[in-house]
Amino acid sequence: MQQLNDLIQEARLTGMSDQEGEVDRIMTICNACRYCEGFCAVFPAMTRRLQFNKADINYLANLCHNCGACLHSCQYAPPNEFAVNVPQAMAAVRQETYVEYAWPKSFGRLYKNNGVIVALACSLALAFFLWLSTALRENSNVTLDGNFYAVFPHNVLVLIFGAVFSFSILALGIGFYNFWRNISKTGASIAAIGESAHDALTMKYLDGGHGEGCNNEDDGFTLWRKRFHHFTFYGFMLCFASTSVATLYHYVLKLDAPYAFNSLPVILGTVGGLGLLIGPIGLLFLNLRRNPLHGDARQKPMDRAFILLLFLISLSGLFLLVLRESALMSYLLIIHLGFVMGLFLTMPYGKFAHGIYRMAALLKNAVEKRQPSTLKLGSD
Amino acid sequence: MTDVLVIGGGNAALCAALMARESGASVTLLESAPKEWRGGNSSHTRNIRCMHEEPQDVLLESYPEDEYWQDLLKVTGGLTNEPLARIAIRESATCRTWMQKYGVHFQAPLSGTLHLSRTNAFFMGGGKALVNAYYRSAEKAGIDIQYDSEVTSIELSDKQFVAAHLKDGRRIAAKSCVLAAGGFESNIEWQREAWGIDEHGVSPADNFLIRGTTFNKGVLLKHMIAAGADQVGDPTQAHMAAIDARSPLYDGGICTRIDCVSLGIVVNKHAKRFYDEGEDFWPKRYAIWGRLVAQQPDQIAYSIIDSKSIGRFMPPVFSGNESNSLDELASKLGLDAEVLKNTVQEFNAACKPGEFDHTTLDNCHTEGIAPEKTHWATTIEVPPFYGYPLRPGVTFTYLGLKTDETSAIFLNGTRSNNLFVAGEMMAGNILGKGYTAGIGMAIGTAFGRIAGRNAAFAAGNESRCNS
Ligand SMILES: Cc1cc2nc3c(=O)[nH]c(=O)nc-3n(C[C@H](O)[C@H](O)[C@H](O)COP(=O)(O)OP(=O)(O)OC[C@H]3O[C@@H](n4cnc5c(N)ncnc54)[C@H](O)[C@@H]3O)c2cc1C
Ligand code: SF4
Ligand code: SF4
Repeated sequence: MQQLNDLIQEARLTGMSDQEGEVDRIMTICNACRYCEGFCAVFPAMTRRLQFNKADINYLANLCHNCGACLHSCQYAPPNEFAVNVPQAMAAVRQETYVEYAWPKSFGRLYKNNGVIVALACSLALAFFLWLSTALRENSNVTLDGNFYAVFPHNVLVLIFGAVFSFSILALGIGFYNFWRNISKTGASIAAIGESAHDALTMKYLDGGHGEGCNNEDDGFTLWRKRFHHFTFYGFMLCFASTSVATLYHYVLKLDAPYAFNSLPVILGTVGGLGLLIGPIGLLFLNLRRNPLHGDARQKPMDRAFILLLFLISLSGLFLLVLRESALMSYLLIIHLGFVMGLFLTMPYGKFAHGIYRMAALLKNAVEKRQPSTLKLGSD
Repeated sequence: MTDVLVIGGGNAALCAALMARESGASVTLLESAPKEWRGGNSSHTRNIRCMHEEPQDVLLESYPEDEYWQDLLKVTGGLTNEPLARIAIRESATCRTWMQKYGVHFQAPLSGTLHLSRTNAFFMGGGKALVNAYYRSAEKAGIDIQYDSEVTSIELSDKQFVAAHLKDGRRIAAKSCVLAAGGFESNIEWQREAWGIDEHGVSPADNFLIRGTTFNKGVLLKHMIAAGADQVGDPTQAHMAAIDARSPLYDGGICTRIDCVSLGIVVNKHAKRFYDEGEDFWPKRYAIWGRLVAQQPDQIAYSIIDSKSIGRFMPPVFSGNESNSLDELASKLGLDAEVLKNTVQEFNAACKPGEFDHTTLDNCHTEGIAPEKTHWATTIEVPPFYGYPLRPGVTFTYLGLKTDETSAIFLNGTRSNNLFVAGEMMAGNILGKGYTAGIGMAIGTAFGRIAGRNAAFAAGNESRCNS
């Protein structure tokens, strides 16, 4: 085993971390084997190279959707001496890229022990809103009537959330940019952007390459991982749309909350909220039953904290909607805003970022596919 | 008592078990390997050779029965049983829908495999994905699967199967039985016996590497032959590829192949060339170089190329010995530097200018040198130079049990009514020697299914089939 590894790696490790070196070793085996070419984009991208540098490895790691198909069908998976485990090696490098490309760089550290960080951020945000509500309430004496802004004035919320959200978007944007500069030397055509958007929005590579889905607990395929991702992602987007529409109502139409149950913001928020309940519950269920060989066990707390946070945002939001006329409203509002703030605070330094780097990798793949390969391998 | 007992756990065994179950029999399958090593050599495969009259799902153009048959005739030099071969060929045209029913996925032709996609259908994810799909389907169908169950002998009564005896002492009786326990390639002792001692005083088999499973020890094959089963084939006949000498002894699979043979020269341990490196394309080249290396002293050879060839062949799993001079390369490979330089000089001088194109049988050849290089001959002169050590890699052995179109075995010339054989254990009926890519799975699938159906029939289920 040791000897095989030495042979394969042969001092190609310069400038690479141990985990990147492991991906290099594995990709060298895969490139000589290629049986998994049909599963996802990683393998065709791999075949365009004879050797793998650090940037290639960061790119391939983020192109991998951790579907597990190539592990279960690998003739070299452990206990074979070659010990090939693509999803696990890729997952470990993925986390390193999140840390490495995070902005500001020193915040990348927050990826380590991420479950604790998310819990901490949420608790702080909850405490903050609790304090804020009492601080504000002391000076005013209003009836609530389902009006959130009676608890927290609209402008205060806009200021606080606007500032944190803008920072998060900026940090994620810089991360995306740095990552993209590292993996790609060229720009992207419209066609490539279109294709990568399509692949990202449909989560194409969670279909196993044959449409039966990916692996979870064993070598059988399931579409549920893809479906729950869809519930989560589109649920999130609908909630986001709901907030955006409400903002338009407020500033453009001068319509103030609370909005009726059949109004657009509430409908979007309710449907999105339901998606954001179903998706995360499903993902958590799958995560708990996931084959331990998939992915990187050290990242489970991060994955689960993020899933749980989305779930709690949605749950508290729906409760708030249903009970907004009741005396519980202000408490529910505090809880809901606390979770949302927890998400906003940790967005650039938690599991949320996987979507951002995955998009960059998909874009790179769409660009690269359109370029002719320089290799002329004559035979099989 | 179970109706049908299937012995083995690779493609042939799984096809037999699924077919027997489909025919109404209760089925038990005994795999000698533990679960994580299940599937035998089948889990290392990539494709199946299929006849087809016109483009069909993942297959391009057409590959009619007669062309398939002619290809087989050519590689076997006539050492084949035509009626059995034609059964495998015809079955290969229709078996894919059956395979898909049990969860096997085929892969659309990809750039790297285009020229093989006329004759061969590729499994998505390779043979391990296929084997996994069959095992899942077998479990779902209620087939009793037992791992860690090596069968050491078969109890017969008047040429009829009675029970199997396992290494762990168990005795399992059944109404009928299919033997699908592979060849004997991983039994080095037996290979040594078969290959004997060569003219250099060494046992060639000591230098063989086994490309597949450690579990195909031929225990059952040996037992059946001793029990009077009729055999076919020659124990030294096997599919042998030239693979990287640094590969593991077992289960190195496909990634250890060396694909640059045709781009440079191949020398033996005396730094001399010994065969036309440019004779033919990949599939042929792939199948003959293992035997060629097996015939060289110490069963070792070195493929040597220069930097012009980088990027023109499949990336190898182990990097080549890279050197800036032939002297340095010779010392890294342990070859005599003067002789190597002479061999290269002589070769370079014999190369006639031509238009190099490694996708066709081009006109770059040598003149006035023995052995000649008939295609892709270009000088070896641009450093760095690369050298890859080669050893014979045994894929599978051809010695097996004689059978007929019902897949039954014969005991001293008499057909058994309830004992059948499939896969590598009988492939020698069709493959007396030589190999053509993808025919191992074609034979295993065809005769696995026939054996399964007939075993179910012998146990009193449904109807019998001749082909
Ligand atoms: C690296 C490699 C690549 C290949 N690629 C291809 C390809 O692409 N296409 C192709 O057509 N062919 C290919 N082949 C050949 C192919 O593997 C065989 O022809 C085919 O797998 C034979 O199937 P089988 O079921 O007879 O044997 P196997 O798949 O080898 O199965 C034999 C089974 O029997 C079990 N067994 C052995 N002894 C006992 C016992 N005493 N008791 C119980 N169980 C026992 C073993 O554990 C094993 O599960 C390849 C072979 C190798 C090694
Ligand atoms: S994961 Fe395994 S089977 Fe798939 S290409 Fe890599 S080495 Fe081959
Ligand atoms: S785990 Fe899935 S997505 Fe990742 S490389 Fe393997 S097949 Fe591709």
